[in-house]
Amino acid sequence: MAQLTMIQAITNALDNALEKDENTLIFGQDVGLNGGVFRATQGLQAKYGEERVFDTPLAESAIGGLAIGLAFENFRPIPEIQFFGFIFEVMDGIAGQMSRTRYRTGGTRTMPITIRSPFGGGVHAPELHSDSLEGLMAQIPGIKVVIPSNPFDAKGLLLASIEDNDPVIFLEHMKLYRSFKEEVPEEYYTIPLGKAKIVFEGTDVSIVTYGYMVHEALKVAKQLDEEGISIEVIDLRTVSPIDVETIIQSVEKTGRLVVVQEAQRQAGVASTIMAEMAERKRAILALKAPIGRVSAPDSVYAFSLAENDWLPDAQDIIDKVKEVINFD
Amino acid sequence: MINKKKFDFAAHLKSVEENYQMIQILNEKGDIVNSDLVPDLSNEELVQLFKDMLWSRALNDRSVILARQGRLGFFGPSAGQEASQLASCLAFDKNDYLLPGYRDIPILVKRGLPLYKAFLWSKGHVEGGMYPEDFLSTTPEIIIGAQFIKAAGVGLGFKKRGKKQVVFTYTGDGGSSQGDFYEGINVAGAFKVPVVFIVQNNQYAISTPWRKQTAANTLAQKAAAAGIPGVLVDGMDPLAVYAVAKAARDWALAGNGPILIETFTSRFQPHSMSGDDPKLYRDEDSYAEWEGKDPMIRMRTYLTKKGLWDQDQEEGLIKQFDQQIQEAVKKADDAPKQKISQLLELMFEEPTQVLKEQIESYKKKEGE
Repeated sequence: MAQLTMIQAITNALDNALEKDENTLIFGQDVGLNGGVFRATQGLQAKYGEERVFDTPLAESAIGGLAIGLAFENFRPIPEIQFFGFIFEVMDGIAGQMSRTRYRTGGTRTMPITIRSPFGGGVHAPELHSDSLEGLMAQIPGIKVVIPSNPFDAKGLLLASIEDNDPVIFLEHMKLYRSFKEEVPEEYYTIPLGKAKIVFEGTDVSIVTYGYMVHEALKVAKQLDEEGISIEVIDLRTVSPIDVETIIQSVEKTGRLVVVQEAQRQAGVASTIMAEMAERKRAILALKAPIGRVSAPDSVYAFSLAENDWLPDAQDIIDKVKEVINFD
Repeated sequence: MINKKKFDFAAHLKSVEENYQMIQILNEKGDIVNSDLVPDLSNEELVQLFKDMLWSRALNDRSVILARQGRLGFFGPSAGQEASQLASCLAFDKNDYLLPGYRDIPILVKRGLPLYKAFLWSKGHVEGGMYPEDFLSTTPEIIIGAQFIKAAGVGLGFKKRGKKQVVFTYTGDGGSSQGDFYEGINVAGAFKVPVVFIVQNNQYAISTPWRKQTAANTLAQKAAAAGIPGVLVDGMDPLAVYAVAKAARDWALAGNGPILIETFTSRFQPHSMSGDDPKLYRDEDSYAEWEGKDPMIRMRTYLTKKGLWDQDQEEGLIKQFDQQIQEAVKKADDAPKQKISQLLELMFEEPTQVLKEQIESYKKKEGE
């Protein structure tokens, strides 16, 4: 098995998908010859040709429209939106069109589209390159939102997204692209969407998070373990739909919950999880303390030189975990 | 100061505009004014086209009444646009792909959508959007520029599959102000895909006159920026609309890429039956002017002069249409009541964890 970074695992998954299903198409800005600005599609045009891996004009809404039209012609499009902050330009395509098509047509037409896009903070990018907008996407009925936290998951989840007959937004945290390698099988495999994974088992506090924050949470779990505090870390992997059952089971075990997201506090994924727990008998009866939340504050994504102070980190999580533990 | 000799912007603009002259074949009096361009339609086809236009007007008139009675839901009147709609769609093949706007119900039905399904779409019933797999059309577009980029996508699909078919899509003058309009014609041009883009310029985006929406002297000339042909046609002239649409289809089918058609037309009634009052935005005198250009009048006159039409037969025909329309209304009224639990099932191939709970809870409410 090869040691791959997350970006290599993604390229490998795309390679597998193009090989397996001739209806798959990859397109977007600079994905062809240039191989994408992060090299996610490197070498794929050379291998599969311009018919299947091609550049588009710099027009996100058109990229969405092409995906929809191609899906009507029974293709399985895998468009890339170069940076997730540009997603506003294709919101009608996503929220007004592809996510509604199955419903609108009474199930007679489907949109097996996977939109890949890099996102996430801490890489000192210009404005509108780093925002965590998954909460916006998660509010749209009819579309799934998937966020891997490591190379192995990235490949399996991406292939599952491409196989899915409904539209999926697949978000790749830029900070994870090349931060570490792990063993990733060369062959085709999938990881089911909508299923969270317990990545660190514990008994005192459950931390639910996703994307890059999984790694901050793991740091916390290891550090607090030495202090005798046992943390369970749940990696959501899919933020819409949320795997409520896995979270409830963990909360039943630990009685304490901290939800961590890189995105701003208002609305969003963390709010949804907290609401789901607050209104469910099994969870609310198990909780021994109010649910803690760690997030960025409610401002525009911070200027690059301020982003490290603005983004939540392991220390913020430790503070919140201790607050929840010391409640009673 | 700009050196006028070196940079005569006004002359440049004028030279662009001069390329977009309106094409007319049949004038308001029902006379052929451009015999070179008369399309190759048999007498039977000409009569059938007029019958289709009469049917469309009857459908419109009946629908307006139904909408006023609150029995139709959303309805966008189409009277005045019969040439623009029925003569253009006549140029396309069954295997061509249609992406209509919300005012284009007559085109959908003419191409085979059962009328009761069109009514169900208007009323807000799932069955109104359930088309058979071989019925090549999207549901009527509500977001008025979106169909232009989707059309480019379907066209790209046709090209990749090597299909000898074209895509045709409709929007209005309002739609031509949308960003997606420009992205659609641009990307279609860049990929040289077989799409005929049709802008029915009925002169008002609800209440905003088209002249207030753009500095462009025609909407057809917007094609120039995308590097594709743009044609302006008298949208009240069925022969000109058909001739141009047919030539445009041939152009796209031959692998030349997309083309934009502007049909300059008029809607005789409100934007929708949901409350806009044309008295507020439309000059009363303009009705007389545009009703004089009515495509029904000129087609009827033309056919009568050719000895192909006897007005006495119209009454019977309209009665027959009304009968069909009433049957479709009845069928739409009889559609089963929709259950929320069933609609929730339509969100994904497999309901998600939380949706399953919601489906169960609605099933209980619905007494299952």
